[in-house]
Amino acid sequence: MAIALEARHLVKEYPGVLAVDDVSFAVEEGSCFGLLGPNGAGKTTTVEIIEGVTAATSGEVWYDGEPAGERFREEAGIQFQSTALQDFLTVRETLEMFQALYDRRADLDRIIESCSLTELVDRDNRKLSGGQRQRLLLAVALVNRPRLIFLDEPTTGLDPQARRNFWDLVQRILADGATVILTTHYMDEAQVLCDEIAIMDAGRIVTQGAPDKLLRDRYRGLIIELPLADTAARLGDIEHRTFENLGIVEILSSDVTASLESLAGNGISLDRVKIRQANLEDLFLDLTGHTLRA
Amino acid sequence: MLKRIYAVFRARNLEFMRDRATLAWNIVLPLALIAGLSLAFGGGNRSEFTVGVLGEAIEADAHPFLGTRYVDFVTVPELSEGLRKVSRHQLDLLVRFESPAAYWVNPDSSKGYFAERALLQADSEGELTKEAIGGEPIRYVDWVLPGILGMNMMFSCLFGVGYVVVRYRKNGFLKRLRATPLKPLEFILAQIASRMLLVLTITTVVFVATHLVLDTPMEGNYLDLFAVAALGTICLVALGLLIAARVTSEELAGGLLNMINWPMMLLSGVWFSLEAAGETVQQAALVFPLTHVLDASRAIMFDGASLAEIAPNLLALSAMTVVFLFFGARVFRWHPG
Repeated sequence: MAIALEARHLVKEYPGVLAVDDVSFAVEEGSCFGLLGPNGAGKTTTVEIIEGVTAATSGEVWYDGEPAGERFREEAGIQFQSTALQDFLTVRETLEMFQALYDRRADLDRIIESCSLTELVDRDNRKLSGGQRQRLLLAVALVNRPRLIFLDEPTTGLDPQARRNFWDLVQRILADGATVILTTHYMDEAQVLCDEIAIMDAGRIVTQGAPDKLLRDRYRGLIIELPLADTAARLGDIEHRTFENLGIVEILSSDVTASLESLAGNGISLDRVKIRQANLEDLFLDLTGHTLRA
Repeated sequence: MLKRIYAVFRARNLEFMRDRATLAWNIVLPLALIAGLSLAFGGGNRSEFTVGVLGEAIEADAHPFLGTRYVDFVTVPELSEGLRKVSRHQLDLLVRFESPAAYWVNPDSSKGYFAERALLQADSEGELTKEAIGGEPIRYVDWVLPGILGMNMMFSCLFGVGYVVVRYRKNGFLKRLRATPLKPLEFILAQIASRMLLVLTITTVVFVATHLVLDTPMEGNYLDLFAVAALGTICLVALGLLIAARVTSEELAGGLLNMINWPMMLLSGVWFSLEAAGETVQQAALVFPLTHVLDASRAIMFDGASLAEIAPNLLALSAMTVVFLFFGARVFRWHPG
């Protein structure tokens, strides 16, 4: 598969802060690449360097085999984390204005329909709800029939239903052959949408790969979760992690039956036990020592 | 490029036209000011008087009138120049103490009337004779009309562009535009075009309305006057863009714009002539685009000046525009930080 975009040794330094520290990755054409990390990890800065709206201290961005330039601007669609739109303009007028800035044109009616904006085309931007607004911002990112789409925290602030609807939209975009670069701090979002992820912390990529493979490589087994109260003192030499703020204890087990028997043998009640698969948040915690939503 | 400029231009126009309160304010303010002034200052009633004295220098003991308090006496070398200034309310009275002693006053100037009364009281021996200024005298409301239209133009250009650009930058809209093929110069040209359309339309409507209702004079060419207004608008918009080129705070933008607005309004001759203010102040006022807009407009309206005759003003406005645009585009920043 051809490489659509490549970030090479990106560095962004502000006075006293190294926001992006030697970040490199490549994104395959037609895939969804996720940058995962907590607020302040450097995801947005990294993406804005790639988008060309923030200047890097050093490093290069290559698009379709050449340094990102005019063609990149023409062929990329961008949805920022938060963007104000012009007051007093309707949804359709906003889309028409942005579309006129590009030579590449998508079928506007199709975008309006696919982003579920048909009923809203004549509505003033100021009167849109959070979910409607996010759909409009996605539609704005699609007006130039982009080959590469950046979605920066696209579902932050949306209710669960609106998030799932948004995921459906992104999956339709991917099905049409576009490449998507997604930044998010929602692990479920990354797991649903991304073919490959890079987890960032403190400006650096701490691991990178396909979500399932990363989890398979690191976790051979399931996670047993128990309430902290009355448990910790009886665990003995069983390997575990304690989360005092959440009031739980976690045990990674490759043989759940044997582990449960051992716990019961230590006199620990199994009434409130939870057994689950490891997820990206577990991975992030293991790699960085703090949670994704910190 | 034109397509992109047109897209931003159109969107900005729609935004402005649908913001009814701002639109109404832009129309109501100048009309209300002109109406109020035409009622209140039929011929001008400021508390100070400016009297021109024909000659190269003023000798304090030449006449008792020269000892009158609250009167500024300025020298006027040429009679024709003095008469023009009396006619245009730049001087309240023109006096020649040398033989044959005489004075000239604008019959439509209330200040001229009081200055004349003071002169006649001081001239107990009746040395001075009254002479006609010739031609059609100009009322204060005629004189102040370009000032008010220019002031409205100034506010509309500086705040309507400068303040809006800062708001766009602050709320991330400029950053979003940055992520498109739109270039800074294209954005700036679209802003200029949009503001020109709005300002020139409003200015033309107000000018025509006052011209018809108040019968204000127009000695020169309407197209020349329109050209001055157009060039002045471009220059003032470019100044607004320069001020807003990097600012990210609306409060700071407001402060900076006011810092420019107020001196420009006071020193450009919006409300009164700077005839008595001294050479230094008059020269300093030339740094303001509005000074050139008003000087050129009044020359066209009252003296029938051609474009060639107001060339210095047009050149100054053009030069300022180029400088403002050059530096504005150079230091322009799409988003904070």
